[in-house]
Amino acid sequence: MNSPTEKTIDIVKRGLGKRYRSEKRFRFYGVFAIFLSLLFLALLFTSIISSGYSAFRQTYIQLSVDLPKADFDFNNLDQANYPGLIKNALREKFPQVSSRSDKKALYSLVSSGAAFQLQDLVKGNQSLIGTTVTIWVPADDDVDMFYKGYISRDVPEGNRRLNDKQLSWLDTLEGNGRIEMRFNTTFFSAGDSREPELAGIRGAFTGSMLTLLITLFLSFPIGGAAAVYLQEFAPRNRWIDMVEVNINNLAAVPSIVFGLLGLAVFINFFHVPRSSPLVGGLVLTLMTLPIIIIASRAALQSVPPSIREAALGVGASKMQTVAHHVLPLAMPGMLTGTIIGMARALGETAPLLMIGMVAFIVDIPGGFTDPSTALPVQIYLWADSPERAFVEKTSAAIMVLLAFLIAMNFIAVILRNRFERRW
Amino acid sequence: MTYTLIILILLALSTIAYRAGSTRALAVAKTAGVARLHSRPAYYGFLVSLWCGVPAFLLLLTWMICEPVVVDDLIVAGLPEKIQSLPENRLNLVVNDIKNLVDSKMVSGEVNEEISKAADHYRKLKATSRELAAVLVLLIATSAIYLVWRLISPTLQARNQVEKIIKGALIACSTFAIFITIGIILSVLFESIRFFKIVPFYEFLFGLEWSPQMAIRADQVGSSGAFGAIPIFAGTLMISLIAMLVAVPLGLMSAIYLSEYANRKFRAVAKPLLEILAGIPTVVYGFFAALTVAPFIRGSLSGFGFDVSSESALAAGLVMGIMIIPFVSSLSDDVINAVPQAMRDGSYALGATRSETIKQVVIPAALPGIVGGVLLAVSRAIGETMIVVMSAGLAANLTANPFQAVTTVTVQIVTLLVGDQEFDSPKTLAAFALGLILFIVTLVLNIIALFVVRKYREQYE
Repeated sequence: MNSPTEKTIDIVKRGLGKRYRSEKRFRFYGVFAIFLSLLFLALLFTSIISSGYSAFRQTYIQLSVDLPKADFDFNNLDQANYPGLIKNALREKFPQVSSRSDKKALYSLVSSGAAFQLQDLVKGNQSLIGTTVTIWVPADDDVDMFYKGYISRDVPEGNRRLNDKQLSWLDTLEGNGRIEMRFNTTFFSAGDSREPELAGIRGAFTGSMLTLLITLFLSFPIGGAAAVYLQEFAPRNRWIDMVEVNINNLAAVPSIVFGLLGLAVFINFFHVPRSSPLVGGLVLTLMTLPIIIIASRAALQSVPPSIREAALGVGASKMQTVAHHVLPLAMPGMLTGTIIGMARALGETAPLLMIGMVAFIVDIPGGFTDPSTALPVQIYLWADSPERAFVEKTSAAIMVLLAFLIAMNFIAVILRNRFERRW
Repeated sequence: MTYTLIILILLALSTIAYRAGSTRALAVAKTAGVARLHSRPAYYGFLVSLWCGVPAFLLLLTWMICEPVVVDDLIVAGLPEKIQSLPENRLNLVVNDIKNLVDSKMVSGEVNEEISKAADHYRKLKATSRELAAVLVLLIATSAIYLVWRLISPTLQARNQVEKIIKGALIACSTFAIFITIGIILSVLFESIRFFKIVPFYEFLFGLEWSPQMAIRADQVGSSGAFGAIPIFAGTLMISLIAMLVAVPLGLMSAIYLSEYANRKFRAVAKPLLEILAGIPTVVYGFFAALTVAPFIRGSLSGFGFDVSSESALAAGLVMGIMIIPFVSSLSDDVINAVPQAMRDGSYALGATRSETIKQVVIPAALPGIVGGVLLAVSRAIGETMIVVMSAGLAANLTANPFQAVTTVTVQIVTLLVGDQEFDSPKTLAAFALGLILFIVTLVLNIIALFVVRKYREQYE
């Protein structure tokens, strides 16, 4: 009370404007924080999608290839000089090309995979020999990049991956309607390759699926059983406390440490084959186990005790109560937790690097002990590759991976909404 | 006989055992009266089936794990003296060749008579082992069926026994977590101890120079690798610090807004969107950091005359911070929601505005929980691998400049262990030592955080 005329309410009123302004400011900070976080999210998605959508299309060049009978030995079709035939076809199209370096530049317009495509074609249909076949072959990655707009004509020739002559040949081909953009099936049907235009995600995808299969078949039964014991049967004592603290800690151990464990125990001690989905699945099992146990326990806990008491009251044993009443009610929740754990395992990279799933593997794995890689590891490998064309492949592979993760989470959400009961 | 076939036969036997057990129970009951039977017939079936399947399967599993090791030893023992006395890695190569020869894969060396003889030996050993396994497993399974089947009588407490077995299995599963922890500690510790025998412990912890190169020949230049981990720890701390500077304010303010201000509709949209950030694989963040963020930071800051490295700590830290935002916000959200409404009402009743209530009542009350959440986030940041592998540098610079490239513990583990490995060189073992430090630091942070959060929860319950 500084002066007799001033009352407390006056002091409060004087400060009110400032306080309201600070209130507004604080509120704005909150909105701003959310906005900024979502902005990052949007930025991430737009950056991935804008650099990756073009990978789903691929430039193809149409060639008319002569298959003279003299070049083929019918007993051994693999022996024929398929790259030479492709080169002949290109030379025929541009007879004026004569110097060695120009020829080399001309040949480089077409992917080296063209020869293999021709080989498969001939082997599949021997009657083609002696005729001229017209086939669409994939263009080299530089040509592909040019048609997708990543290589500009305005850049001086020396700084360009395609020289002026190559561009003029391409213009001729395009004028004849011999260049086309098509849906890139190679990306989904091929394994890894050093040539961007021949590289695909099928090998990595198969590897991921095999790995996840092992993870699922090990971690769901073990995790579920552990959760059931800890939630329904375990006595409250020191030992169980220790197990619980342990599980919570394991859930927060960095994933790379699980990779070290896998390397030291599974590979060096038990001699599980390196780089195989088997060892990958084992390591990811250890990693997802705590997640599944924690989620399953929460699901079991949400089943009200009255259910258990009713079952016990009509004479069911403890085991029967759990098996016939509690478990069926908790199952949707446990499955949701498992799917979320699987989604985590699908996106995990670091431990797989430790156990050799980072190797360059062209073949598509056929079993659990074949060397293979996984989708996120493939992304990592491609991201490291210097070719410009691998940037779009990487982004496209990320889009596929994200699509799967979103689908899995969506299933989990549906499962939860559909089957979870509120008591 | 392959393992798959053995397992299939075992499954078939268990099914037969189930049928045999339950029909036997009914047959026994006929003479004594069904009401006299202790358990329902199905339990007798289960009991026979479990006794038939479980011990046989466990034996098979042990066999599968031990067979490669034993067979390897036997092959080596069967090799002539000359090859046996080779150094260990050469010997391994020979053994690999022998195996590849049998699997008709590529062979690294030339195939001489000794090798092909050993390959025959290996093939025989393997076949014998499989046959022996099949005979033993099936013998155990069938004799178990017979023995338990004979025991079935109305007084046999089949249900109790089945439940006992199942409970035992549940207990075994729940101890799995302990084994994983022990496995981690042992695997990391053993290799680390080997490392510390070569490089002294204090030199590793306090050395200022890191260049994990060991010479192949003794007289090679730069043969003395340096294993001082301080630059790595400093780099890890700097990147984590940048990440926390991004994640804590954004995450905390988001959580405050969502739990205190936002209406139900906004919350229902914004919260799942924020959580998407947590579900994106780290390799995607790493690619984002390397492809978009690092060039952007470099381009925009070099305009102001800063010299920014293309693998700057700033880019890695920033993207890592984005990744951790939902982690901080969901943990803070939990603890803020746990603050009793009565405390807010009390504050409003005294005339405080919302933000004053939050700043002076809610946050102080929720502080221990928030601190616990932040500690968990720090441990996350320290252990994060892919973002830094793809966007931070490899060279261990001891610098405080966030525009420079620094390296982290996880990056070093990956670079040391990916590629060719020799398990007796300090270069490889150093990765395990770093792993040990990483494990201990994150473990301590987690324990403190869990303790703090738990203590805090009890306060308002």
